[in-house]
Amino acid sequence: MKNEKRKTKSSILFILTLFTIHCSLFTVSAQIAVRGETVWTMAAGEPITNGVVVIGANGKIEAVGAAAQVRIPNGYRTLSAKVVTPGLIDARSVVGLAGYLAQPHDQMQIETSGPIQPDLRAFDSYNPEEKLIEWLRSFGVTTIHTGHAPAALVSGQTMIAKTTGKTVDDAAVVPTAMIAVTIGDAANAGQGRSPGTRAKQVAMLRAELIKAQNYGTRPDAPRDLKQEMFKKVLNREIPLLVTAHRAQDIMTALRIAKEFNLRIVLDGASEAHMVTGEIKASGFPVIVHPTMYRAGGELENLSMETASKLKAAGIPVALQGGYENYVPKTRIVLFEAAIAAANGLSMRDALATVTIDAARILGIDNRVGSLAAGKDGDVAMYDGDPFEYTTHCTGTIINGRVVSEVVR
Amino acid sequence: MKIKLICLSSLLLLVCSVFGQERPTAFINARVIPIVGQPIEQGILIVRNGKITAVGDARTVRLSSDVQTVDLKGKVIMPGLVDTHSHIGEGSGADGTNPIQPDVRILDALNARAGSIQRAQSGGITTVNVMPGSGHLNSGQTLYLKLRDGRIIDDLLIMTDDGRIAGGMKFANGTNPLRTSGPFPGTRAKSAALVREQLVKAQEYREKIRKAGNDKSKLPARDLNMEALAEVLDGKRVVHFHTHRHDDILTALRLQKEFGFRIVLQHVSEAWKVADEIAKAKAPASIIMIEAPGGKLEAMDVSMTNGAALEKSGALAGFHTDDYITDSRLFLRSAGLAVRNGMSRDKALYGMTMAGAIMLDLDKRVGSLEAGKDADFIVLSGDPLSVYTKVLQTFVDGKKVFDRSDPKDYLIAVGGAGATSDRDTHVHCFDGDMFGGGN
Repeated sequence: MKNEKRKTKSSILFILTLFTIHCSLFTVSAQIAVRGETVWTMAAGEPITNGVVVIGANGKIEAVGAAAQVRIPNGYRTLSAKVVTPGLIDARSVVGLAGYLAQPHDQMQIETSGPIQPDLRAFDSYNPEEKLIEWLRSFGVTTIHTGHAPAALVSGQTMIAKTTGKTVDDAAVVPTAMIAVTIGDAANAGQGRSPGTRAKQVAMLRAELIKAQNYGTRPDAPRDLKQEMFKKVLNREIPLLVTAHRAQDIMTALRIAKEFNLRIVLDGASEAHMVTGEIKASGFPVIVHPTMYRAGGELENLSMETASKLKAAGIPVALQGGYENYVPKTRIVLFEAAIAAANGLSMRDALATVTIDAARILGIDNRVGSLAAGKDGDVAMYDGDPFEYTTHCTGTIINGRVVSEVVR
Repeated sequence: MKIKLICLSSLLLLVCSVFGQERPTAFINARVIPIVGQPIEQGILIVRNGKITAVGDARTVRLSSDVQTVDLKGKVIMPGLVDTHSHIGEGSGADGTNPIQPDVRILDALNARAGSIQRAQSGGITTVNVMPGSGHLNSGQTLYLKLRDGRIIDDLLIMTDDGRIAGGMKFANGTNPLRTSGPFPGTRAKSAALVREQLVKAQEYREKIRKAGNDKSKLPARDLNMEALAEVLDGKRVVHFHTHRHDDILTALRLQKEFGFRIVLQHVSEAWKVADEIAKAKAPASIIMIEAPGGKLEAMDVSMTNGAALEKSGALAGFHTDDYITDSRLFLRSAGLAVRNGMSRDKALYGMTMAGAIMLDLDKRVGSLEAGKDADFIVLSGDPLSVYTKVLQTFVDGKKVFDRSDPKDYLIAVGGAGATSDRDTHVHCFDGDMFGGGN
């Protein structure tokens, strides 16, 4: 820009062109500063009082700190809120595969033709225009770990996406995150087909894993999309996301993980509070069922205190919106964390279950989950304690773009 | 012999003293939200023989010398919550043979010891309308219960002034009762036609009875379906109409106008679209608070602003859990979310209590803290609309039915191993509870 002293026509033209490019960048990803009376960075230490988050044109956080110490560059749009948190992360959802209408055309979360389908890719089903995604976004949810439902032995792959973007490629953070496995009643195929019992479920899963141990060892063998995925699981490239509610099913998950030396993430885990020692010893994290899930059936012993008990035992914990068949068609992880905060978790720990701890469990904490320089500019704004029933989410920012300004 | 007589007479004396001379209990120093009237700081609530005898503060209420006091400093007292629509107690109503089964009584299907009933107590619910489902145009008779600690359903019943077991009638429209084959309807118009047909029959049945007068030989053969629908036409049994979409709400109101029955609109997912029409029809509406749209087509436009919209229109607005759809333990959350979405705090709390009582014809007995009403109230740890507030105690007819400080009750309130099991059979000995569950 200093060159503009050279007043030749061509350089002026050049500058004008630069300006045009610059302006168009502005509309894609504005430079934004968010002021908050309380800023929960979720980095170490207490929340910042009168803090500010500065997000650059590349959509990444440039600076975070006390307003007195962080300068907001000229020309940045400044937003204000009483409470500012990192964009929330829903650690287990089916939204985008499951739609809000609950009609056959928008229910892509479960394929009933077979019990074992690790080759089903979530991103071949994900609809970024789904209304429930917009709905979650308006409550401050910026990242979802979504995919095939816990309704078959191996229901398919999951993916991690931002709750914005016109195409799945825009939205995707991790196109293939985990393979969804279910142990328990929901994994039974029904109608006289296998699996029909828990023991059969495990026998079938072990058989697949044993088969995959030899996959790729013979160069002339045909490619097998299912075996290919199980091989990645055996190679510890991809974890199994094992939904297991009964204590006995959680123990089964740990047994299989040990036998095959797998990485697993426990999901649901209604009775995790009955086997905390075993889970802790395994080192695996738990994405606990929605705090407000209804008790009944396999879930009869669930507790609103599970997240708090696991946290106290030193087990990494995240919360989730989960899978709903009926109304509400999705849960909002903000509300689930709120009830956990009212049942034993501290404010900070409850926020962590939907921000930094969720990010760590999902392996995306290099990008999201806390407000720190270099991370994605994902921010949620509230007009009070985010967990209070009567507080509103006043805005959501993803990659430095304001994606929701409705007061909800 | 003499000793036996003395024993008997002292026992009788004890009984008499419990029934007739129960010492009053004063709950003092709490913030009292009576619902009818302004909140009272450092309030006093006096309870005797299961009834409220006084509500006020130190200036307006005098404590008698025999009163036992319970200090609730820092706590909040409000009326027990009234849930106008629930499925607690493991009941089921009509079967699959017919879309209209008014003869079926949920009374004959309930488990008084069900864990779901205990969970409702832990959520502060003291009065509840237990309904059969919505998969029928009419799935049967509903039951109003007070959530006393009971072994059998009789312990929980409410008797009307004219000696009937209190309850309403469940109707439903929209998509839930539709089937692809008869005798169930396949369309909305057919649904309305089938209901009208039965109500016309009931009008004729009632007319035959009227004409017969005292001549029993001219009475029509007793018909349980017609008998129940006649109670609906007579206004003795309020119709609780499950309805979601705006046009279905108007259809329910149209039927109400044609047949003159008393109605409570239940769910009203799209109340925000027809709030003025609901107010104009003077139809009470009970809201379900669902936090995301959809789940089924007719709930695609469900809104958490329904409370605000009904309040603005002047309609009477209450709330319900529809338990198992929402959790009775978190019923107060409905009011919190309604306020989040524009309803006033006062109307939201009114909706949780008094509005529900009016909808169930029980407003003379429950729904507010007023002298003469049943001593149904809850003790809260703080603001009723805060997520952090806990229901600490629940009282029905002056008896404590839930106490969060009791480990067994705590388990029910938060969940955990064994939390959902049926109530154990237990007998209290001489601790004041041995004389049963009140009136």
